[in-house]
Amino acid sequence: MNYLEFEKPLAEIEGKAEELRALARANSEMDVEKEAAALDRKAETMLRDLYKDLSAWRKTQVARHPERPHCKDYIEQLFTEFTPLAGDRNFADDHAVMGGLARFDGRPVVVIGHEKGHDTKSRIDRNFGMARPEGYRKAIRLMDMADRFGLPVITLIDTPGAYPGKGAEERGQSEAIARSTQKCLEIGVPVIATVIGEGGSGGAVAFAAANRVAMLEHSVYSVISPEGCASILWKDAEKMREAAEALRLTAQDLQKLGVIDRIIKEPMGGAQRAPSEAIDAVGKAIETMLKELSGKKPEALIKDRRQKFLDMGTKGLAA
Amino acid sequence: MNWISNYVRPKINSLFSRREVPENLWTKCPECGTMLFHRELSDNLNVCSNCDHHMAISPRDRFTALFDGGIFTEVKVPEPVVDPLQFRDQKKYPDRLKGAQKATGEKEAMLVAEGEIARTPVVCAGQDFAFMAGSMGMYVGNAIVAAAQRAVELKRPLILFSAAGGARMQEGILSLMQMPRTTVAVQMLKEANLPYIVVLTHPTTGGVTASYAMLGDVHIAEPNALICFAGPRVIEQTIREKLPEGFQRAEYLLDHGMLDRVTHRKEMKDELVTILRMLTNQPPAVKGDLPAPVEEAPAS
Repeated sequence: MNYLEFEKPLAEIEGKAEELRALARANSEMDVEKEAAALDRKAETMLRDLYKDLSAWRKTQVARHPERPHCKDYIEQLFTEFTPLAGDRNFADDHAVMGGLARFDGRPVVVIGHEKGHDTKSRIDRNFGMARPEGYRKAIRLMDMADRFGLPVITLIDTPGAYPGKGAEERGQSEAIARSTQKCLEIGVPVIATVIGEGGSGGAVAFAAANRVAMLEHSVYSVISPEGCASILWKDAEKMREAAEALRLTAQDLQKLGVIDRIIKEPMGGAQRAPSEAIDAVGKAIETMLKELSGKKPEALIKDRRQKFLDMGTKGLAA
Repeated sequence: MNWISNYVRPKINSLFSRREVPENLWTKCPECGTMLFHRELSDNLNVCSNCDHHMAISPRDRFTALFDGGIFTEVKVPEPVVDPLQFRDQKKYPDRLKGAQKATGEKEAMLVAEGEIARTPVVCAGQDFAFMAGSMGMYVGNAIVAAAQRAVELKRPLILFSAAGGARMQEGILSLMQMPRTTVAVQMLKEANLPYIVVLTHPTTGGVTASYAMLGDVHIAEPNALICFAGPRVIEQTIREKLPEGFQRAEYLLDHGMLDRVTHRKEMKDELVTILRMLTNQPPAVKGDLPAPVEEAPAS
């Protein structure tokens, strides 16, 4: 288990309990279960207290937790017959974006998401979930296909942002993001987006101009990273706590601002503590959102989606 | 009234104010260092007469030079909720807004107008870099939606002059949501089969480039304009290498297929009209500066 900085006191207690049990295993005459169980209870209370009211910056840390389930885990658990489809037919296949055909609940769909990777090797291969233009263009191609064959599009969002690299810029990073957002908005099939970790700026929007947008309880979605915002507005990247707070980037804030439709509850202590449970919760939410949109005609899906974004910020905001 | 207030005080005042005058009358070209006289500079649309460096120009000045006789009608932009997040960094967001309003004399970072250019009816939207780096918040989003709706209503092309550091951080996620919102505005134009021309000016970056600025039927940039998603400094920090000369400048983007043309500001008007009149199947325009269109008497 990887502990976040604010979980350090918890790490101590859980570590002690673990130590005790290890001791008992080595020495069969010792009975430590009582003390260990007491420590467990203490840890549980502490975990609950820590997660009861996470600050925006702590949520950002949880959203980036390396052991949080990633796109690949969701696809494996929630979909069957996943058939990855590769390439933008122009330049390359971007491994930061996973996409392909799959069945959700038996029904064929197109699934697209950012994948960050789970160890050094795969993280480098996935470019830490930072897509290049090819990733967005692959997504555009898949969304087009979904539209032609009447398949719902399910997206899973988890990216620090689009990749700021030389080649990415030369090949039209902006244009690729703009076109991907546009594609989301013009297809006549349901588009359902779920922010499972980090929703980093334009790189996230490109897959999130959807009929329904859900967020996991401790995920974040923002116009800029707290560190980036702090270094520009506070002229000090160390002011990320203040920036995170000011940006209102938590799922709870975004729901209040009318930007997202639903919050998906995470297991106590975050998705990283019980990945499979978190993934199932997302699956249930997707199922519900798909149901809400079933039977809608293509024109209605397009019109509703557009209206939703046109209305955003004009309705439901307390002045 | 006496001799002192009538004569001495004005004399003293004029002595003091005269001292400040030269700074306002002359502008130093940031590129070649030539001192440019203000009238000459504005006649030249803020382009350096020595090195052709394109300096910033306010949307209002640009529109005055663009529309026939300098006459245009502003299109009303719906006012959004001010400071929805109650954002505060080292300064309060409303104070930053007030400062920008005072400095520019404009309400916000985008001006929308309708009028005729070489007798070609158009709607124009111009982004103001001087106003909080032209950043895209809810007002700018509203302005683009209003511009598109007005263009559709009047069946006119839309010309958009972009200039922005990106999304307005002080409006958080709501500024990010202007990316899909303005994309919807572009779609309205496409569906109505109306031309949408983007003129990318220095600098156009971030979420602005990654939405409406890259979705035009035709992309024209002003010479040497910085156009990018991630800025050069961010990229240098990421890849830890020096970027090539001219990277992310208009000419570089032209070479990489992101733009149709790079056009001098003084030739922009003719070029826009030429393209628009072909796209809308009208005869060639009469060249030169035309007077303002005569107001038609209202039908009674």
